[in-house]
Amino acid sequence: MISEHSLEEAADRPGPISARPVPHPWRWVAVAGIAVLVAMVASSLLTNPRWDFGLAAQIMIQKPVIDGLLKGTILGTVGSMAIGVALGIVIAVMRISENPVLRGVSFVYTWFFRAIPRYVLLVIIGSGIGYLYNTLQVGLPFGQQIAGWLGLSSDLTIGSLNVNGITGSILGGILGLGLSEAAYMAEIARSGILSVDPGQREAAQALGMSSGKTMRRIVLPQAMRVIVPPTGNETIAMVKDTSLLIAIPVIAELNYQTSAIANRIFKIMPGLVASTAWYLIICSALMVGQYYLERYYGRGFGQQRPKTRRFARPAGAGGA
Amino acid sequence: MATPAGSGADRPLVRAVNVTKSFHGTQVLKGIDLQVRRGQVVCLLGPSGSGKTTFLRCINQLESIDGGRIWVDGDLMGYREERGTLHRLGDRQIASQRRDIGMVFQRFNLFPHRTALENVALAPIEVKGISKQAARERGLQLLEQVGLADRSAAYPAALSGGQQQRVAIARALAMDPKLMLFDEPTSALDPELVGEVLRVMRDLAAAGMTMIVVTHEMGFAREVADHVVFMDAGVVVEEGPPSKVIGNPQHDRTRAFLRRMRSEEDRAQL
Ligand SMILES: Nc1ncnc2c1ncn2[C@@H]1O[C@H](COP(=O)(O)OP(=O)(O)O)[C@@H](O)[C@H]1O
Ligand SMILES: [Mg+2]
Repeated sequence: MISEHSLEEAADRPGPISARPVPHPWRWVAVAGIAVLVAMVASSLLTNPRWDFGLAAQIMIQKPVIDGLLKGTILGTVGSMAIGVALGIVIAVMRISENPVLRGVSFVYTWFFRAIPRYVLLVIIGSGIGYLYNTLQVGLPFGQQIAGWLGLSSDLTIGSLNVNGITGSILGGILGLGLSEAAYMAEIARSGILSVDPGQREAAQALGMSSGKTMRRIVLPQAMRVIVPPTGNETIAMVKDTSLLIAIPVIAELNYQTSAIANRIFKIMPGLVASTAWYLIICSALMVGQYYLERYYGRGFGQQRPKTRRFARPAGAGGA
Repeated sequence: MATPAGSGADRPLVRAVNVTKSFHGTQVLKGIDLQVRRGQVVCLLGPSGSGKTTFLRCINQLESIDGGRIWVDGDLMGYREERGTLHRLGDRQIASQRRDIGMVFQRFNLFPHRTALENVALAPIEVKGISKQAARERGLQLLEQVGLADRSAAYPAALSGGQQQRVAIARALAMDPKLMLFDEPTSALDPELVGEVLRVMRDLAAAGMTMIVVTHEMGFAREVADHVVFMDAGVVVEEGPPSKVIGNPQHDRTRAFLRRMRSEEDRAQL
């Protein structure tokens, strides 16, 4: 039974809220200021002929530039980050192991490779290693000495490699950048592993998983949530650090090739604009990749949105 | 009841003798003896800090013990005895000893990056090498058993505490354990969610599962336990059937503890 009185009351009950938002006058001042700055920059870009974007665009698509982009910058980034992430995780796991020797090795590794500048490391790998060790011989450790003591004619070598052919190429560059990256990745991976609740490891062990399986199936997948964002940072930094490949020296690399062309035709700025544009494009692509990785590893943590509602507005913000 | 050692079904499933354990020089287990027969439900009672959790973790070697021995189904836990010398078992061997012992934690410890069904099916796939298909089917069956068939695709964060703990029980059961260890499975739950977890545990006990349960739920201990052990300060103070230990305790420490529990329960009911 609804009485007139209660109906009246129901009509009086507050309905949906439609309130004025908090005023933000300074925001509009900032927007205006930024708009002026953008207009100034845009006008200078468009009116100053020395920018010469047409030439920059042409430099961008020269064959040596594209070659350098693919074989130096992109391959170098992919290869060195692959080494960096894989080795970094191994070093991080060693660092938190119960074996003091492994912990020590991991510590010394991180200490050394974080201390040495990448440029110096690449010079050492590119020129120094080949000078110190002409050929790499694969065989027993101390095979030559052992053969000497035993009076053998063979030196127990199974095969040998031309060291200069490797260290003086993009492979040497990938190795150097990868070894250096591993030291940073190790710290990132370690903080990721430590961020996982110890109860997770115990639950996995109580189910009969070995330590290795617990690490691979339970701890690392959860650590990735913490590891991915700074790794995106590292990857983007690495894209730019491939310009250090010249220290090997490897010249098939984006920045070297654009400036080589620019120097030849005495147009320095268009060359720099060309390489900057390529770096911007690569980094944009990487940021998209990072978004999807973060979403994948964030599953179950309430960060991911269901796929079908990816572009839905947050609840409450919508309106007619 | 005396039977020759090692004779099949009458041998206790769990036999702990004079178990000691210290943390940083402080002894928290001071010679615990316990026997659990197949199909028995043993409830471990005792005040906080008395070593109940530590003892449970020693049984499945999440902690190593300093002294004494623990056998589960005739296997010496954590060690291999050879001509009077003990050899510590390796990681893999200890892992394989744990396979037959399910454990349920106070804080659930579900894998947050896996759905309820994946939580249940993971260990059979990874540890036992069962096919994904078979593990999923069995997982669904177990989720149904704990009343959660409809939540199989939910991530733990989307489940209530009681639901999470029931998934955790299903996850442990998926390994077909011969022994289940429960460490205060309802202590982290809102009061209205305790019942659904205890119900699953009652069903499990009725189905003949051997269980060691650390709990403060006196009603559960009284009704479900075959044997109650009261621990305090690292020793077993008193043990026996619930009618004796809870109904007619002989020791002052047991009485004081039970009085405290009762007044807490009364307060909860107000
Ligand atoms: N990993 C550990 N390190 C140091 N001390 C611990 C550790 N685990 C437990 N203890 C101590 O051992 C004692 C017994 O703890 P616990 O077994 O958790 O008791 P209960 O489960 O009965 O409350 C407590 O004093 C606790 O502080
Ligand atoms: Mg406890």
